[in-house]
Amino acid sequence: MITLRINGEKHTIDVAPDMPLLWAIRDIVGLTGTKFGCGIGVCGSCKVLMDNSPVQSCMIPVSAAEGKDILTIEGEFENLQLLQESWVELNVAQCGFCQPGQLIAAAALLDKNDNPTDKDIDEAMIGNICRCGTYQRIKDAIHRTVELKNQN
Amino acid sequence: MSTIKNISRRTFVRSIGLGGLILACNTSIFSDKEKEELKNLVDFNPNLFVQLNSDGSLILIASRSEMGNGVRTSLTSVIADEMDADWDKVVIKQATGDAKYGDQNTDGSRSIRYLYETMRQMGAMARAMLISAAAQKWEVPESECTAENHYVLHSSGKKIAFGNLVEIAKTLELPTNVELKNPKDFKYIGKHLRSVDAEEYSNGSAVFGLDKRLPNMKFVAIARCPVTFGTVKSFDKTEALKITGVEDVIEIPKIERPFGALGGVAVIASNTWAAFKGKEALKIEWNFGDNEVYDSEKYMNQITKNVHKQGKVGKDTGNVSKAFKNANKVVESTFQLPHLSHAPMEVPNAVAWVQGDSCEVWAPTQAPQSTRKEVIDYLKTSEKKVTINVTFLGGGFGRKSKPDYIVEAVIVSKAINAPVQVVWTREDDIKHGYYHTTSAQYLKASLDKNGNVTGWLHRFALPSITSTFMPGVDYAAGFEISSAANIPFDIKNIKVEVGHAPAHVRIGWLRSVINIPHGFSENVFADELAYAANKDPLEFRLNLIGKDRIEDTKDEIKYDTARLKNVLKIAAKNAEWGKKLPEGHAYGLAVHYSFYSYVASVVEVSIEDGKIRVHNVFTAIDCGTFVNKNTIEAQMQGSAVFGMSIAFYGKITAKNGVIEQSNYHDYPMVRIHQTPKVHVEIVESTERPTGVGEPGVPVIAPAIVNAVFKLTGKRYYNLPLSDYGLA
Repeated sequence: MITLRINGEKHTIDVAPDMPLLWAIRDIVGLTGTKFGCGIGVCGSCKVLMDNSPVQSCMIPVSAAEGKDILTIEGEFENLQLLQESWVELNVAQCGFCQPGQLIAAAALLDKNDNPTDKDIDEAMIGNICRCGTYQRIKDAIHRTVELKNQN
Repeated sequence: MSTIKNISRRTFVRSIGLGGLILACNTSIFSDKEKEELKNLVDFNPNLFVQLNSDGSLILIASRSEMGNGVRTSLTSVIADEMDADWDKVVIKQATGDAKYGDQNTDGSRSIRYLYETMRQMGAMARAMLISAAAQKWEVPESECTAENHYVLHSSGKKIAFGNLVEIAKTLELPTNVELKNPKDFKYIGKHLRSVDAEEYSNGSAVFGLDKRLPNMKFVAIARCPVTFGTVKSFDKTEALKITGVEDVIEIPKIERPFGALGGVAVIASNTWAAFKGKEALKIEWNFGDNEVYDSEKYMNQITKNVHKQGKVGKDTGNVSKAFKNANKVVESTFQLPHLSHAPMEVPNAVAWVQGDSCEVWAPTQAPQSTRKEVIDYLKTSEKKVTINVTFLGGGFGRKSKPDYIVEAVIVSKAINAPVQVVWTREDDIKHGYYHTTSAQYLKASLDKNGNVTGWLHRFALPSITSTFMPGVDYAAGFEISSAANIPFDIKNIKVEVGHAPAHVRIGWLRSVINIPHGFSENVFADELAYAANKDPLEFRLNLIGKDRIEDTKDEIKYDTARLKNVLKIAAKNAEWGKKLPEGHAYGLAVHYSFYSYVASVVEVSIEDGKIRVHNVFTAIDCGTFVNKNTIEAQMQGSAVFGMSIAFYGKITAKNGVIEQSNYHDYPMVRIHQTPKVHVEIVESTERPTGVGEPGVPVIAPAIVNAVFKLTGKRYYNLPLSDYGLA
């Protein structure tokens, strides 16, 4: 049995210890906002925050996530909610599939850097592929979030 | 364009079951008893696409698939606009796959083109009936009533909410003729509307195919033969069955149809991971079959030879040989482009539940009706027993027009008598696709002493999409030829020829399809001719397109060269073509007509640390009357990135019949740090609406190559540019 703490809630699950966190989240816990894109840690669709750091959940064995704070797209986290508002305002998503991973990566960025430059954004988001090509709006929405935060 | 069938009895019955009401477009399909029942129900549903409830909520049906194309927003906003409805009161419902909705194939950049007028009529019909209802209630002439923002207004100043008119409206006869709005009164059409799904997309609640769950659903991974159309010789499931969570392993048949399953060995498990691991643990012997001979490098050499000799004639206007003989200068070039894979972020997947002779499917599909047909034929059942629910698509790009992965789910569900979700790995997706064609092209042109083009020969060889539908077809088909034959250049002598090119993998359409190879070669070659004529590429191109005229394309939608030149001029103007750029930067341009739309792009590139960097893309599109500016801008931004991935990286190769790439590490995509600023201008037009999703793609790769030539003096005829270390 492995106990995971996801979005503040405890889930005790009976799975093989080498099952990637991604599949535990999606198939066992049942939170499907975290996406499967590549399975080899190169596309970023499966990103979650683990103790506030962005990780590709397809590469983390569930055993290594035990005792850590996992935050998914469904979770509550100030920067995430603010980013989601900008994402909606600027209509970032096209097909939307990669956006949970993009938003998690962006939230992790804003957590460390409250006023990122384009270059900072590139570095933080380089691991996230968007096949629809929404990158321009992703950048704009991150800047917009910072702008709104500064206004408040 | 297929006609919209008004309503089926089945929908009537189902809607009653849900407590709603149908007032059909064509009530003759109902019995008198049914008509009576209809009148006793609460809500107002004047046609298949509109349902107004007495609380004012308005349900509008999206009949096309949402895959980032914004279609759930655009189509329904057209209804809402004509209906004078309040957009905030609209709820979108996704249609199942059913012929009563007319054509539902979400491909070919044609959702708006096909459905714009119909959606207007649906909305206008509802508005007309609500106005009649109000006039009846107030006992005033209809001519004194107007509709505005979910109310009917009377000239006296009184008004009534749409919802309060439901009771009367549902008793009215359907109008036979309705008046459409004057476009100057549009509130949503032609404006900037946010996607109705934006919130669900950003909070993770949007349900893609991959997210569909049913009680007791099994997860399935399938091992398919590494060589296209090979079959299972034998397999050993011992090790797979040892994996925790793996419940069963079964062989599934190959279905020999264009969209049939490839066949293979299916691992049934309690979670996706176990299914994937079980699949890896299988020991399978395959019969590779005829396509084991496929070596894409050797194949490229062969089709290149085929375009260096005379081919089958596809078009022959004037006398090209004579033009070449009398030329002041002759230019010739050969282009080679590899196969591409769609690689949508969401892999192919499907949920199916077969119960007896009935089946329900939940899947990300661009083609719910062909899916339904495949399922009906496989189960040998009837239409009414099969329901195809369309989920959100995590990208489609043409891949999800082919429901082979859905047929697989149906096969497995039937075999094990349980609901299943078939999930492809990314490796499955890259290795078992319906690939964009690979191509060799040879272009030759003659110039007179003034630098005018006098003759144009375009010879190409590529495995045709038709081969997927008619095995054995080994020359390009009519639509692939006409794309080259319809080149809008004012040249007296034009010849198009096609060379031999049999297919060894499944060939399918990928976003912009044949326009990728033709848009590339024509634009790069035209640029090359400009330099050969010692002229500015923009000026040269405008002259090459020549005088304003309608090209004879034998199509009901006219190809207007004035509109083509116009987008090129706009893109050039916005880029300030001719201005001095920063040191080490250069512009390149391309213009192309596809899906009846006109698109031009000017790209600004530099080379940094040996790699191409695209700084800006200035795109102009003329797609006729347009619906949602927001979507069109997004599509042009996305097309630029999609086109850059083709230019930089796109390359699928085969050795011994096996695809050599497997995932995003060896089939890479453009990422955020490479993304240019895309500046979009949409031409205001009253012409009929045309394509948006695809026409932005074909111009990008040639514009980049042309800019790189301007910058370096070196011209690249083959893609991807990563082969030259440039990306």
